[in-house]
Amino acid sequence: MVHADTLTQGQQHPLGIYIKVWALLFVLSAFSYLVDFFHVEGYLRWTLILIFMFLKAGFIIAVFMHIKWERLALSFAILGPPTVLLVLIAMLTIEGDYTFLTRGIFFTTGS
Amino acid sequence: MAPHDSSTTVAAPNELAPGFAGIAEDWASDQRTFKNVPWGKAMMWIFLLSDTFIFSSFLVGYMKVRLSTTMPWPNSSEVFALSFGGEPIPLILIAIMTFILITSSGTMVLAVNYGYRKDKSKTAIYLLITALFGAAFVGMQVFEWTKLIVDEGVRPWANPMGASQFGSVFFMITGFHGFHVSVGVLFLILVARKVWRGDYDTEKRGFFTSRKGNYEIVETMGLYWHFVDLVWVFIFAFFYLW
Repeated sequence: MVHADTLTQGQQHPLGIYIKVWALLFVLSAFSYLVDFFHVEGYLRWTLILIFMFLKAGFIIAVFMHIKWERLALSFAILGPPTVLLVLIAMLTIEGDYTFLTRGIFFTTGS
Repeated sequence: MAPHDSSTTVAAPNELAPGFAGIAEDWASDQRTFKNVPWGKAMMWIFLLSDTFIFSSFLVGYMKVRLSTTMPWPNSSEVFALSFGGEPIPLILIAIMTFILITSSGTMVLAVNYGYRKDKSKTAIYLLITALFGAAFVGMQVFEWTKLIVDEGVRPWANPMGASQFGSVFFMITGFHGFHVSVGVLFLILVARKVWRGDYDTEKRGFFTSRKGNYEIVETMGLYWHFVDLVWVFIFAFFYLW
């Protein structure tokens, strides 16, 4: 069996941590639903939604997808490239204002 | 700093350097870069990375559209409300779908864990439970689409509630995600069947790739499934809660 030794090195961890993260994901989802349910508005809504979203995403990636236990070479190769998306978001936010103004000038009369 | 001669021998996992020195050594080792990671799993990560960019492009495009519409965006809290006889409860179906997907992620984690313990029947059962939750999710999405198309007249080009881009963004993003879930359900059933048959105990070769199978495939399958859950976290926050 070639794989006998590699299998024992595989991503095997005690069930406890999975169950805890699982419960935490439920709680965080419930919280983000409650933000909408109680009509929290404005900057507080944005902040709460984003905090709960990043916490959930972080726990899924770190524990469920085992990134916490992988070697840094792999983690960086996966988590590094998506950061360039911030540039795209920044550029399209600026562009969005421009499009809005253009629409305001040319399209609003017909609606 | 590692005691081995990296040009001739493959380092045992416990000899690998930790931290940032480890990154330099892994990339400079003149071997495969991603140590302790099976080939299939590394390739799944690369695929998921590309998929991240696809979904991100959709979500960033949605952000741009929402920033630039001159008509008001439909209130998702009301659009996706559902009443069970009494007052409509806002977003309730979406909340249930979220909980179903999280539950399925949990059962997937259990399947991976029992797979590494070579507990054949438990692995297969948890894989099938995961597939069942996935199918339930897709079913509820079908219900949601039907309600929006038939009852509320939402079309990709127009809708009665506000900005006409709402429909196209909704159908494209949730449709692409639903497609991912559906494909995932299919593969979960395939992997469950292979586990059940004992393919991964005997290292039977796959009919398509001819590669030897083992329980690491369950973890690779799990990565895909958790990714689908992960994408839903972002869709839930940006599309439904915003």
